[in-house]
Amino acid sequence: MLTPAPSTTPDPPTQRIPLVELRNIQVSFGGVRAVDGVTIDLYPGEVVGLVGGNGAGKTTLMRTLSGARPPDSGQIRVDGQPSTIADPRAAKALGIETIYQTLALADNLDAPANVFLGRELTSAAGALDDAAMESATRKVITRLNPNFKSFKMPVLRLSGGQRQAVAIARAIHFNARALIMDEPTAALGPAETAQVHNLIRQLQREGIGIFLVSHDIHDVFDLSDRISVMYHGRLVGTVNKQDVTTEEVLGMIILGKPPTKLTPQELAELRGSGG
Amino acid sequence: MEASVPGQPTAEGRPARSIRVVARAVGSALAPVRARLSYLEIDTRLLGMVLALAIIWIGFGLVSGGTFLSPRNLWNLSVQSASIAIMATGMVLVIVSRGIDLSVGSLLGFLGYSMAVVQSVWIPQSLGLGSERPFTWILTLAIGIVIGAAAGGLQGFVVAYGGVPSFIVTLGGLLVWRGLIFRYAQGQTIAPLDTNFQMLGGGTVGTRVGALGEWASWILGVAICLAIVYSLIAARRRRLRYGFPVRPMWAELVLGAAGCAAVLGVVWVANSYPLPPSVAEQYAQEHEITSPPGGLIIPTGLAFPVVIMLLVTLVMTFLASRRRFGRYVYAIGGNPEAAALAGINVRRTVMLTFALMGSLAAISAAVQTARLNAAVTNLGVQNELDVISAAVIGGTSFAGGIGTIPGAILGAVVMQSLRSGMVLLLVDSPTQDIVVGLVLVAAVGLDTVVRRRAR
Repeated sequence: MLTPAPSTTPDPPTQRIPLVELRNIQVSFGGVRAVDGVTIDLYPGEVVGLVGGNGAGKTTLMRTLSGARPPDSGQIRVDGQPSTIADPRAAKALGIETIYQTLALADNLDAPANVFLGRELTSAAGALDDAAMESATRKVITRLNPNFKSFKMPVLRLSGGQRQAVAIARAIHFNARALIMDEPTAALGPAETAQVHNLIRQLQREGIGIFLVSHDIHDVFDLSDRISVMYHGRLVGTVNKQDVTTEEVLGMIILGKPPTKLTPQELAELRGSGG
Repeated sequence: MEASVPGQPTAEGRPARSIRVVARAVGSALAPVRARLSYLEIDTRLLGMVLALAIIWIGFGLVSGGTFLSPRNLWNLSVQSASIAIMATGMVLVIVSRGIDLSVGSLLGFLGYSMAVVQSVWIPQSLGLGSERPFTWILTLAIGIVIGAAAGGLQGFVVAYGGVPSFIVTLGGLLVWRGLIFRYAQGQTIAPLDTNFQMLGGGTVGTRVGALGEWASWILGVAICLAIVYSLIAARRRRLRYGFPVRPMWAELVLGAAGCAAVLGVVWVANSYPLPPSVAEQYAQEHEITSPPGGLIIPTGLAFPVVIMLLVTLVMTFLASRRRFGRYVYAIGGNPEAAALAGINVRRTVMLTFALMGSLAAISAAVQTARLNAAVTNLGVQNELDVISAAVIGGTSFAGGIGTIPGAILGAVVMQSLRSGMVLLLVDSPTQDIVVGLVLVAAVGLDTVVRRRAR
């Protein structure tokens, strides 16, 4: 599917303009540099896995792209154009949607209200058109989960998988071009995880670019075309999936070293740790 | 399920099995009722409140020998509830978005004073427009609402943009607004007020009464009934157009009939309360009607404070459930971070809830000053407690995100019914406070238990 590249800093899959580029992004909290000069990109129809240990800065980096926390310095380009993403609304206007690890649902509202939160459908007089929103929500959620029936219930009372479906429906209903999925399967059982995997592949075929943030290296190897690894706020490197082994990626995650710098002894230990 | 000897408590100290069996039997016996209720799609909490109110009314009615349920007492009860209920609708939104407004009582006093100054000094003297003009009352009310929105908005600004907890900001407001009254009133009472303005309080001036009268009350009642029927039909059509499940027809009929019966019942009670004989006598003389033996009976109709309360309820319910603003208030209460990530302007929305609260305090201030026909320095003292209690008894949760406007109205009526009933029974005021305080805690406690069980 992708042209294999021998180096560890691979050429982009094609010579097209990237959908999204994050260049030299810096984010600090107090004196701590949570993200320190990271550059990554994403092409249409591509899944880029973003991995790293706890506190590596994956989520913080993605929050700069979703508008939740604008970067202190660095540049964000969308379709090659420098873009300012000052708030979540700006990100959505550019077609960048996010499924947060916490799901970011208003628990007291029902599924349609959550799917359309901030983008409600209204009648000509400006009144909320709940029936139209419920209709659209039924369509998009049924596609994700045919058994979903609780459209009138506060999402607080839904199961983990159903809540996930609501959060995903919110991201994909508005013709997203780029999708950020932060630990999308962390709270799901095996069947629901498989559903999410199918969905990711389907969205990819539709030409949507996906940043997949995950702890689970198997998830990432299953789904990603390229893998970017972060370590203590810095980018260790971006690799094509075909070019690396899970041990090498584990080495990047745990030791913060690119595959070329791993010693045979370190590789053996990583293999022993069962990666 | 577990094996346990009948009548013997289980290890965890749970109720004995026999009790649980009875509880389960009662539960399953009630299941069909609950299923029916779920068809009606009404809030069971709201229904519970209506039931509680019915028990309070019937109880006081029996104990007072029927006096409590007389049209005269119910009419007065409606007027006394109105000013608290008006503010409670705004307090619901403030509390739903995880705030609190302790300043409403003082703000009400301040606004009442401001409006008194506007109509008796500012309009007639400063603007030289003269007193007792037909536009005085509406101009006064409009200015009051603007000042109220500005004062509330200022507090909301400090809360939302300054990040100071609303409890602190409005506690400060409670002191500041009351202090301002004393500073610029110097303890003086401003009276009398504009005659038209006085009508807002539901009182009587000569033969003019602050109420709709018989026919206008019936017309308003029928109009509201038609609106209820229309909204039921429109909602059903909309759902059918999208192919959604709808309520069974009998449920629609029950809902429509219950709504109309309640509205027309209120009008009927208001019209059963005749004007005081002296007023009726004077009216008869002015209109050259010969009084029949036993005196002329002129129905009073819905009091203006109640009409204002109904309008406010309508507007606030629409705002809360059918507008983006209301949806955002509830979303912020449910999960402020999620609301922000959805692109909602959280700060602006929070500020607006306080501004709205301020303008509602102005409307209540107009009702209270008009009723007293005077602005006094201690107007509205401790009203904040009544307003917050009404909202909370009406099912508004301090955890945020939960609460309804109709619930708060019912809460205000429940509170006022308790007070009014105890006054009729000559219960002294300290005992009244004790009872109301206990009811408040019990209501919230019961609600918490029921909600925990439901999860």
